[in-house]
Amino acid sequence: MNIPTIIDSKERLADATSSPITYSENKEALLLHLADTTLILSQRNSAWCGHGPILEQDIAITNISLDLLGQARNFYQYAAKIINEATELKVAAVNFDTSAETLKEASEDSLAYLRTERAFKNLLLVEQPNGDWGQTILRQYLFSQFQYLLYLQLQQNGDQQLAAVAEKAIKEVIYHVRWSSEWVIRLGDGTQESHARMLNALDELWPYTGEFFMPAEYESTASIGFELNSLKLPWLEKVTEIFEAATLPSPKSMEATFMQTGGKTGNHSEQLGFILAEMQYLQRTYPNSVW
Amino acid sequence: MESNILKEISLLEIRRLLSAVCDPEIPVLTIADLGILRDVKIVDETIEVTITPTYTGCPAMDMITMNIRLALIEHGYKNIEIKSILSPAWTTDWMTVEGKEKLKAYGIAPPNPTQVVCEPKLFAAAEAIQCPLCNSWHTKLISQFGSTACKALHQCEDCREPFDYFKCH
Repeated sequence: MNIPTIIDSKERLADATSSPITYSENKEALLLHLADTTLILSQRNSAWCGHGPILEQDIAITNISLDLLGQARNFYQYAAKIINEATELKVAAVNFDTSAETLKEASEDSLAYLRTERAFKNLLLVEQPNGDWGQTILRQYLFSQFQYLLYLQLQQNGDQQLAAVAEKAIKEVIYHVRWSSEWVIRLGDGTQESHARMLNALDELWPYTGEFFMPAEYESTASIGFELNSLKLPWLEKVTEIFEAATLPSPKSMEATFMQTGGKTGNHSEQLGFILAEMQYLQRTYPNSVW
Repeated sequence: MESNILKEISLLEIRRLLSAVCDPEIPVLTIADLGILRDVKIVDETIEVTITPTYTGCPAMDMITMNIRLALIEHGYKNIEIKSILSPAWTTDWMTVEGKEKLKAYGIAPPNPTQVVCEPKLFAAAEAIQCPLCNSWHTKLISQFGSTACKALHQCEDCREPFDYFKCH
């Protein structure tokens, strides 16, 4: 029987039992930030299920949603592990909703379903409403292009588990970048109507892109292994290239835009509360229910 | 010495059992065909099975884990530990030749070797895909995303049949 080549010495074990765990508040916050960002975008995209403009694109956006959910699960599982391995005290410090008495041990589910709005550390961009198809596409593109550059760096992270999640996910992110770039071009350089809608989407979303590159405390160079701001130039270059093909305004012309921040530290736009209300409703109303 | 031989024999037997566990979404493929069965070990009295997901969010993983456990329990094995590893990331290059043949016979175009893809330009065809039904190379991509995370949707320009392509990853 042909069993594929077995694990070489470089292999990083993803079930973190074998890799040494080094707990720090910064690591916990970083993992939650990465998890929350992918979870919320996944939740947003999944709302298109059954509503996409055509069947193939409905399937595409929900596939992307599934990839993002998978990434979120990996980050939450890892975060839960380091939280549980740290002291009881640390468990209390994650801002759990204290009314949820059921919560003794952190798990991927408790982290997703039982944290409050102020505890979520996702980027502001991903919580913005779906709007029309153009707005969903542009949000995906702006994020995926950034996520690609980010994961490229995280693959090198000294934390082997974090690096393994990024290494796995980046292959999927490449599909997302390609798909969303093509759609930005199609719609931007499409009809008068689609072009106008993309301009509108750009007005809505551009102010949330500055946050990508402004490091929170847990994203210091020491924590993540590279300077977050160093991703800005390559990101702008790619976006400029795609926007040019899409006949959209160049990022340079939008340099003066006031950039919104706060998502990374729990200061969200009004949108997040509504998402959580819907997403967490079931677990909060019927604690521990499973399906 | 004797116990070592016994261990080898049971390892072979366990691998044989596991090689018959199928992917719930593409039931013609076993987990060994897919290349997601990464390692089988016996540590003390425990059987350690290591698997890796195809895609991060692949919903079949939970079911595959359960089926591995059931296959072993059915044959009297008790202490079973199933580990999931992420790195090195799974690639379609790990799919066996038999697996690719089975896929084609099932009507899904098997993945090309990864080296044929060299960062295609946007909107350009990434690779030539052969129609699994009439063998024509005259096919087109309909969507990069298909019925499961691992498949893309194509259509044959000759026999006109739409088909799934197990995308190279």
